[in-house]
Amino acid sequence: MHGARTRTEQIARIVLIVAAALVFFFLIAPIIAVMPLSVNDSEFLTYPLRGFTTRWYEAVFASDKWRIAVVNSFLIGLPAAFIATVLGTLAAIGLSMADFRGKAAITTLLLSPLVVPIVIVAVGLYFFFAPFGLTQSYTGLIIAHAALGAPFPVVTVSAALASFDRNLARAAASLGAPPLTVFRRIMLPLVAPGVASGALFAFAISFDEVVTVLLLGAPHQRTIPREMFSGLRDSFNPTIAAVAVMLTLLAVLLLLVVELLRARSERMKQQAGSL
Amino acid sequence: MTRQKELLRDLKRAERRRRLMALALVAPLFFFLLVSFVLPIGDMLRRSIVDTELSEIWPRTTALTKAWVWDRASDPTPEMYRALGEDIRESARERTIAVAARRLNYAVNNGRSLVMSTGRALRREDEDPADWRARLIEIDPAWGERKTWIAIAQAAGPMTDFYLLTAVDLERDDRDRIVQRLPERSLYVQVLGRTLLISVSVTLLALVLGFPVAYLVANAPKRIAGLLMILVLLPFWTSLLVRSAAWIVLLQDQGLINGALQATGIISEPMRLIFNRTGVVVAMTHVLLPFMILPMIATMKAIPPTYMRAALSLGAHPAIAFVRVYLPQTLPGVAAGVLLVFIMALGYYVTPALVGGAEDQMLAYFIAFYTTSSANWGLAAALGVMLLTATAILYLVYARLVGMGQVKLG
Repeated sequence: MHGARTRTEQIARIVLIVAAALVFFFLIAPIIAVMPLSVNDSEFLTYPLRGFTTRWYEAVFASDKWRIAVVNSFLIGLPAAFIATVLGTLAAIGLSMADFRGKAAITTLLLSPLVVPIVIVAVGLYFFFAPFGLTQSYTGLIIAHAALGAPFPVVTVSAALASFDRNLARAAASLGAPPLTVFRRIMLPLVAPGVASGALFAFAISFDEVVTVLLLGAPHQRTIPREMFSGLRDSFNPTIAAVAVMLTLLAVLLLLVVELLRARSERMKQQAGSL
Repeated sequence: MTRQKELLRDLKRAERRRRLMALALVAPLFFFLLVSFVLPIGDMLRRSIVDTELSEIWPRTTALTKAWVWDRASDPTPEMYRALGEDIRESARERTIAVAARRLNYAVNNGRSLVMSTGRALRREDEDPADWRARLIEIDPAWGERKTWIAIAQAAGPMTDFYLLTAVDLERDDRDRIVQRLPERSLYVQVLGRTLLISVSVTLLALVLGFPVAYLVANAPKRIAGLLMILVLLPFWTSLLVRSAAWIVLLQDQGLINGALQATGIISEPMRLIFNRTGVVVAMTHVLLPFMILPMIATMKAIPPTYMRAALSLGAHPAIAFVRVYLPQTLPGVAAGVLLVFIMALGYYVTPALVGGAEDQMLAYFIAFYTTSSANWGLAAALGVMLLTATAILYLVYARLVGMGQVKLG
């Protein structure tokens, strides 16, 4: 009786691990499969590999098109992430501070850019910006990307604040610290990991956003994903694979930083708990 | 006693100050999103029922057809023909006629060439013809048809249901009744059905693929779970464009999948796997799978193992215990994942545009197309209304069911 149960469980366990392994393969393999083609000495993006070359990377670095795209991506992504992070952090602190009427509705609204189809946002801004001359402008794209990224700092900072011990702020205030000092010296350091990962999320959103750039951007405002988009449609060649590899490395870097921040924030939580 | 009252008053005041402070902190983002997000979307939705293009360019004609609109049994009056002739001539000279031609083209077959050719004919005539009706019908007999006039009357504005009806393949006939559009002029019900079908397929596929992964990660020892988590999160952080590129490389005719299938002799000719429905569903499932897995992991991690142990120790077969005891407890996470993936799939643009064929483009594609390529803004807005309504309903269900406080990233 008992032996039968464990055998069933064992079989179930093996089936589970095999199934999960296949899904992990499905998740990761495509991203890896494109990598060797970026150093393959062939015009075509096909296997088997022919020989090693770095010329596709050299082509990317030598090209004005990609240099402009990189500059544009940062020119839009950094200010957008900055606006999103400042506004999102303040809002998250406000939401955690007190209950007020309509709080649930406001939270739903603040997070709605997460789910509203980007094409709707882009088309709305396309009409809305026109009278102000903001279509085909950096300002317009920065505003659009800041709106799309803003929910992320709200979520990450809220999560950091959920574990924040209010007594620390109260203690500082009772010792005579003005509210701004309490915020700067007590609150900000403790929620800093949340703020940082929110900022990285917001930047990553802008850095990978193509629909608003397609609809609102001018020809000289093409970003990296915008160049990828036309590259994939018109002339898919190994330079695209080289860019893809570099973007993947950047994604790995961002992922590791966010995970480190998360671990740090967990550690802080445990320390605060043991005080 | 008074001391207590004072204290109570102070407490209330402090409470109020806190609330004001909280509101002041939320306000900047609230107003920023109001201006950059809520108002633009509202403005776009407004365009689905506003229809003033024709009345701005042909003011005389549209004013008369508005009065005529209630009595469509009668033929257009000579004044209406005169107004139309003058309006066309004037707009042709002022070069605004193309907008009117475009607007009528939405409602009348060959409306654009009808208006443009009439404009070309009348532009050079300085003297009014004796009989405007005869002159217009001489240029194109379509001006004598009631159908053309009904179309003008329906486009006279300032409000219209024309675009919203078009978005569900309906139109008004010459008796002003709402009828089905002819099959060759119908498209959007099919597009909507296709959008739903792709979204449902992707959601179900993601659920089936995501469940075992979530279960494994949630129940693995901490160190292994952290490593597996990275594998789930890596695709989440990798660029959408990179992942589309990857699938094109894998699924193309000379790609790895076709190569492997041919090498093993399963197929002799390359199978068409990309730039069709298969490619769209596979690539979208890959993109959205992390959004299914992450909420399920969060829920499964919180399920206490004691219930399963209790069921097993009471003699339940493991499979039955799993289905009857464990599975119901995963439902909140499953519901969150399913809703999230379905909502995101509905509005997808980039992946179908890159790995789909002409027959696989979803609602979002047509919204972008009518905004930029063909400038039929009313129709773009009406299709946007459909997409946004579906998204909003599901989002509210999600907020109700899952609670917005539960939104977590990874």
